[in-house]
Amino acid sequence: MAAVHFHNVTLGYDRHPAVHHLNGEVARGALVAVIGPNGAGKSTLLRGIVGILRPLDGSIHLGGLDARDIAYLPQSAEIDRSFPISVFDFVSTGLWRVAGLFGGIGKAAREKILRAIASVGLNGFENRPIGTLSGGQMQRVLFARVLLQDAALIVLDEPFNAIDAKTTADLLALVKQWHGEGRTVLAALHDMEMVRNHFNETLVLARGPVAWGPTAEVLTPENLLVAMRMCEAFDDTAAACAADDINSRAA
Amino acid sequence: MAYDALIGPFTEFEFMRRALAAVIALSLAGAPIGVFLMLRRMSLVGDAMAHAILPGAAVGFLLSGLNLFAMTAGGLIAGFAVAILAGVVARSTGLKEDASLATFYLASLALGVTIVSIKGTNIDLLHVLFGNILAMDDQTLLVVAFNATVTLLVLAVIYRPLVIESVDPLFLRTVSRAGGPAHLAFLALVVINLVNGFQALGTLLAVGLMILPAGIARFWSRDLTTMICIAVVAAAVSGYAGLVLSFQTRVPSGPAIILVATVLYIVSVLFGRVGGIVRQMFPGRHLEA
Repeated sequence: MAAVHFHNVTLGYDRHPAVHHLNGEVARGALVAVIGPNGAGKSTLLRGIVGILRPLDGSIHLGGLDARDIAYLPQSAEIDRSFPISVFDFVSTGLWRVAGLFGGIGKAAREKILRAIASVGLNGFENRPIGTLSGGQMQRVLFARVLLQDAALIVLDEPFNAIDAKTTADLLALVKQWHGEGRTVLAALHDMEMVRNHFNETLVLARGPVAWGPTAEVLTPENLLVAMRMCEAFDDTAAACAADDINSRAA
Repeated sequence: MAYDALIGPFTEFEFMRRALAAVIALSLAGAPIGVFLMLRRMSLVGDAMAHAILPGAAVGFLLSGLNLFAMTAGGLIAGFAVAILAGVVARSTGLKEDASLATFYLASLALGVTIVSIKGTNIDLLHVLFGNILAMDDQTLLVVAFNATVTLLVLAVIYRPLVIESVDPLFLRTVSRAGGPAHLAFLALVVINLVNGFQALGTLLAVGLMILPAGIARFWSRDLTTMICIAVVAAAVSGYAGLVLSFQTRVPSGPAIILVATVLYIVSVLFGRVGGIVRQMFPGRHLEA
């Protein structure tokens, strides 16, 4: 069974689509890169998958998974880093699935949290407020939380943006470890070399699907050119969408 | 001498003991709410809500005169109505909560002042606007204590989602649906505590015993639990010192309490360990790591 099934899904804001008419499925255990220029709808698609954004049209089915089986790593800009919370407490929120509203955090859970923090290379940072961390350190903290969530489907929104090569390599190793454990991983990315070398499946997005399949076949100069020429129209006077329009254009 | 000035008023006069018990109850419940208001960047929302309860209190006044129960019930109804309407409009339209609330509170304030002026005198209006903690009777004190207890219990229930929603709302939305109910419950607690403070400090100053202690705490700690404790202590100290000041100098009690809190706030801005001006000017030698 597929981990994620898109059925003619359109996602957007206030009736304006950011991703038109996407069909297809992500197999369980797949490692998929979602690429496209800024404004292509990558983050919107990921928000649709994790249930933050309801589709304007069509549907997204998560083969038997519920919200608690999904770990989502948003772009760091969404997090209020001035809030007085320590690295330990922030990472511990990854245990929501088991701890919920009232569950305590016992000795075993504390050790699990400490292990997650250590495995992203942040030993000794447990009591640091998150507001004092660098961009790369904060990204490691977010990965530690994902690690703790122990989710079947992992959705990463530009996880390697603005971080150095060492941190990127460490965190990429974690992504590959998750893939090796049979988890499904979707990541919105910009680095074509990374996608080419480490992701075996790619969806090229440009407000609609441009191409989707094995990375070697999909990541062609032609497809990237189509994506680059994407129209970023946002027109309040636009006519209602004719359903098949974008699919026929992509074909 | 010092005993007469600082302790004497409370051993001698029952109304002073009641007032002290009331400010302690208000501090225990209101200060933690103020900390969350500040951290969620909703300090001015609290102020707006304080104005929003006015028409309800005014209708209570219109129907029953200066009956605190009627005014409390009216204030609660008006506050909840505005909080829920503003929250629902913000969440269903994408309008920022402060913009949504601004519309509702301005309408509420205008309506409230109109209602009071229809029946009351300027003195009544002053009472509604600035309260009088020294006129508190036993029943009112029990209401204040009850509201404080409810606040602490509800806060314990929603604490975890409230913290996560404050720092990373998207994360909470992906793992749970508790964010929305927690936010609405929090707004309800804001209203309850404003109405609670309204008895003592009036609609205009009620929010002061919530926000000023939170502001004070922000200058002394980077840890949420410690901040809440500091805020509670700062509120209680302001309440006590404000009552003494009011008793000794005949300054109205509500403004006296808020002025003491303001002095503590200024001291914190100057000398606070976290971001205080003096600390920034003379940070000491830098550390090795």
